[in-house]
Amino acid sequence: MAVRTLTIDSKQVSAEEGTTILGAARDAGISIPTLCHLDGIYDVGACRMCLVELAGSPRLLPACTTMVAEGMDVRTQSDRLRRYRRMILELLFAERNHVCAACVSNGHCELQTMAYSQGMDHVRFAYQSPLLEVDLTHASFGMDHNRCILCTRCVRVCWHIEGAGTKNVSGRGTHARIISDLNQPWGMSETCSACGKCIQACPTGALFRRGMTAGEMERDRTRLEFLVNAREKKQWNV
Amino acid sequence: MDLKDLLALKEKELAARKPIVIRCCTAAGCLSSRGEAVKERLERAVYDAGLGERVEVRGVGCLRLCCQGPLVQVDPDNLLYERVTPEEAGSIVDALNGEKVSVARGNPNDPFFTKQQSIVLANSGVVDPNRIESYVAADGYQALHQALHEMTPKAVVEEMLASGLRGRGGAGYPTGLKWATVQKAAGAKKYVICNADEGDPGAFMDRSVLESDPHSVLEGMALGAYAVGADQGYIYVRAEYPLAIARLQTAINQARRLGVLGSAVFESPFHFNVDLRIGAGAFVCGEETALMASVEGKRGTPRPRPPFPAESGLWNCPTLINNVETFANVPAILRRGGAWFAGIGTERSKGTKVFALAGKIRNTGLIEVPMGTPLRVIVEEMGGGAPDGASIKAVQTGGPSGGCIPAEHLDTPVDYDSLNKLGSIMGSGGMIVMDDSTRMVDVARFFMEFCMDESCGKCIPCRAGTVQIHGLLAKVLAGEATARDLGQLEELCDLVKNTSLCGLGQTAPNPVLSTLRFFRREYEELLLPDPFAVKLAVPEGTVSVEIR
Ligand SMILES: Cc1cc2nc3c(=O)[nH]c(=O)nc-3n(C[C@H](O)[C@H](O)[C@H](O)COP(=O)(O)O)c2cc1C
Ligand code: SF4
Ligand code: SF4
Ligand code: SF4
Ligand code: FES
Ligand code: FES
Repeated sequence: MAVRTLTIDSKQVSAEEGTTILGAARDAGISIPTLCHLDGIYDVGACRMCLVELAGSPRLLPACTTMVAEGMDVRTQSDRLRRYRRMILELLFAERNHVCAACVSNGHCELQTMAYSQGMDHVRFAYQSPLLEVDLTHASFGMDHNRCILCTRCVRVCWHIEGAGTKNVSGRGTHARIISDLNQPWGMSETCSACGKCIQACPTGALFRRGMTAGEMERDRTRLEFLVNAREKKQWNV
Repeated sequence: MDLKDLLALKEKELAARKPIVIRCCTAAGCLSSRGEAVKERLERAVYDAGLGERVEVRGVGCLRLCCQGPLVQVDPDNLLYERVTPEEAGSIVDALNGEKVSVARGNPNDPFFTKQQSIVLANSGVVDPNRIESYVAADGYQALHQALHEMTPKAVVEEMLASGLRGRGGAGYPTGLKWATVQKAAGAKKYVICNADEGDPGAFMDRSVLESDPHSVLEGMALGAYAVGADQGYIYVRAEYPLAIARLQTAINQARRLGVLGSAVFESPFHFNVDLRIGAGAFVCGEETALMASVEGKRGTPRPRPPFPAESGLWNCPTLINNVETFANVPAILRRGGAWFAGIGTERSKGTKVFALAGKIRNTGLIEVPMGTPLRVIVEEMGGGAPDGASIKAVQTGGPSGGCIPAEHLDTPVDYDSLNKLGSIMGSGGMIVMDDSTRMVDVARFFMEFCMDESCGKCIPCRAGTVQIHGLLAKVLAGEATARDLGQLEELCDLVKNTSLCGLGQTAPNPVLSTLRFFRREYEELLLPDPFAVKLAVPEGTVSVEIR
C-alpha cells in the first residue's frame, strides 16, 4: 500500500492510501469530534461534527469519509469550525428532548460529553419538544425516540455486523424515525435476534437495556425481612 | 436497420404527408383542459367534411403558450388557435373551406414565439410523440447511425467537449468533461442514467420534453452510452408524470422494434437497453447519489461525494448521469457539430435554455432562448409583463435552490455566471415572475418549507436547521421577531449552507439569503423592537453603553 504524507494541524502525518482523514488524525493523536462515526462500521458522513478545513478548498470536508491525499493541509480546529460544531449540537438538543437529569444515559452519553467538550453551554434555538413514543415492547431492550439523534449507528451494526436487518429508517426530514422491521413494535420483530449490538452502538440514551430507566427499579422486600430475622431472631437462613 | 432503411423510412413518412396539417397539442397542460376531446372532434370534422385526403390531424407535444391552451396550429398557413373547446373545434376545419371561424386566433408572430430559438424543443409541437416514424422524418436517429459507423467513442466525446454544453439539471457541470471521465473510468460494466425526477416547484420543462419528443432523449442516451461504453440505461421519472411515462414506454418499445435500441443497433456491435424506473416523488431523489440508491431499491438518501458517479455509481459501476434536457441537446450537437452549438449563447454558457415561465406574467408557458438573453426580454417582451398593469418586482430562478432577482437587475443576461453573481442559479429552468403584491419574506418561507419537508433527514444541519430557519421566518411574518432573530436566521443560513451533506441542504438557504440581500427592508419592517436592548442611565459625561 502506498503511503501518503499530509499535514494535520501543522503536524506532519503519514498514512496509508485509503485511510480517512479521521483515521490519520487519530493515529497521530489528534482528536476530531464525531457522533455518527463508529469504529468497525462504514461511515455515512451524517452528523457533520467532523468537518475540517482543507487549504485551497472553499468547502468543508467530513474527516470520516474523506480519504487522505498527498500534500493535504488539514485544519481540524478554527473559530469557524468550533462555532459550527456548537451550533450542530444546539440543533440536536433543540430537536428532541435532552433533559439529561432524567435520562438513562446521564453521565455515559456521547452527546452529553460532546456538548461539554465543545463548550455548548446553552441552546439558543427554539425547542421543538415533539411528543415521541417510547417503545418498551421488547423483552430486553427499550427505545426512547425522544433521545435519538438519527446517527444510524444502530441501523448499521444491525445490518452489517449482526446481519439481522431489523433496524431501519422511515420517514424523511424532521419526521425521520428509527423503526424495527417495517415499523412494527420492536417486541413483535421477527428478525431481531436480541443480540443487543444496537444498544452498545447507540451514542445516547435512545437505546437501552430494560430495567435501567427511572421508575423501573423493583424492590425485593423479602430481603428486609431476612435482615430483621437475622438480627432479632438470629436466624441466618431464610 | 441500416442507414438506407432509415432514410427510406423518412422518405416514406414525408411522402405520406398531406398538404394541410392541423397540429393539436396533446401535452399534459392542454390535455388538462380537454385537449384530447379537441383532437377527436378535429378528426371527426375532417372526416365529415370529406377532407381526409388533404388534411392530417396530428397530436403533437407542447406548443409553448400553455396558458392559452388547448392550442391548435394549422400548417402551412401558420394559423394559431387558442383556448379551443371541443364544441368549437369543428369550426377550425370549416375555416379550411373559407368559412368564418369562431375560435380565438392567437398571434404566432408574437415575440413570445419569435424570440425563441429551438434546439431542445425543435421537435416539440411538430412531431407526433407516439410515432417513431414522425421523429425519423425529422432526421431522428441519424446522429446515432453516424456515431456508430463513422465515429469512435472518443470522437463523440470530443464533439461534446467542443460544444461547450453544460448540464441542464442545475449545477451546470460541463457535459463533455463528464462523458470523458466516465469513458476513461475502468470497469467492464457501465450505466447511463437520465435524471427525469424534476421536482422543483413550478418547473415542467423536462416533463414537456418527455411528453413532446421522447425519442430525442433516447437518442441522446444511446449516444452517451456509445461514448462511455455502457450497455444499460435507466430513465428515472417521477410517478406524478404518467403521460411522460406512457410516452417513454411507447418510444422505447418502438425504438427496440426498429432496431435503434436493443442488441446490434444499426447492425453494429453496440448494445443498449433502456428501462424506466419510477420515482415515488421525493425531491431529494433527484440528487444523483440518492437517485442511484433509489434505483438500487434502497432508501433514497444522498451519500458523500467523492466518489462521484462517474467513478463509482450505480451498483458501484462507473455511471453517466445527465438531465433530460442535457440528453435532448445531444442528437442535434452530433448532427450539426459541436462548433455549431458553441456558436450559440455566451462565452461560458453555450446553446439555449428551456424555461418554464410562470407566475404573475401574461404569457405563461414553455420557452427556449439562447443563453445570454436578458431577463428583461424574457419577462417583458416574451412574457408580456405583469397582468393588470401591475409592475414586476422580482424574478425567481432555480426554485428552492435559487434566488430572487430584483427588477432593477432585469437587464442581466441569463447565463450560469451572471445568475450566480446575483446569488441565484440557472437551476433546471423554473422561472417564476413576482409582481409588487408579493411579500418576499413569504416567498422565502414558502421555499424553506419546501426544503424542510423534502430534507431526507440524514444530516443534522439540513434536517434540524431548516426547521429552525422556517420557524424564524414564520416568526418574522407573524411580526413577533426581533433583530436578534434576524441575526440568528443569518447565522443558521450560513451553517446549513456550509455544513450540509448534499446540494439540497447546501442550497436551501439561497432563497432566504437572496431576499435578505435585495429586500432586507421587508424583513426589518416586520421586526419588533428588541426587548433586551436596555439603555443604562449613566452619569453625565460618560460614554453611553448599550447592554444587549
Ligand atoms: C436536491 C437535489 C435535487 C435535484 N433534482 C434534480 C432533478 O430533478 N433533475 C435533474 O436533472 N437534476 C437534479 N439534480 C442534480 C443532479 O444531482 C445531477 O447533478 C444532474 O442530474 C446531473 O445532470 P446534468 O449534468 O445533465 O445537469 C438535483 C440535485 C439536488 C441536490
Ligand atoms: S441522550 Fe445524552 S444528551 Fe440526551 S438526555 Fe440523555 S444524557 Fe442527555
Ligand atoms: S437509536 Fe441511538 S444509535 Fe440509533 S440512530 Fe438513534 S441515537 Fe443513533
Ligand atoms: S442536506 Fe438534507 S437532503 Fe441532503 S443529505 Fe443532508 S438532510 Fe439529506
Ligand atoms: S463523524 Fe463524520 S459526519 Fe459524523
Ligand atoms: S401543454 Fe399545450 S401548449 Fe404547452
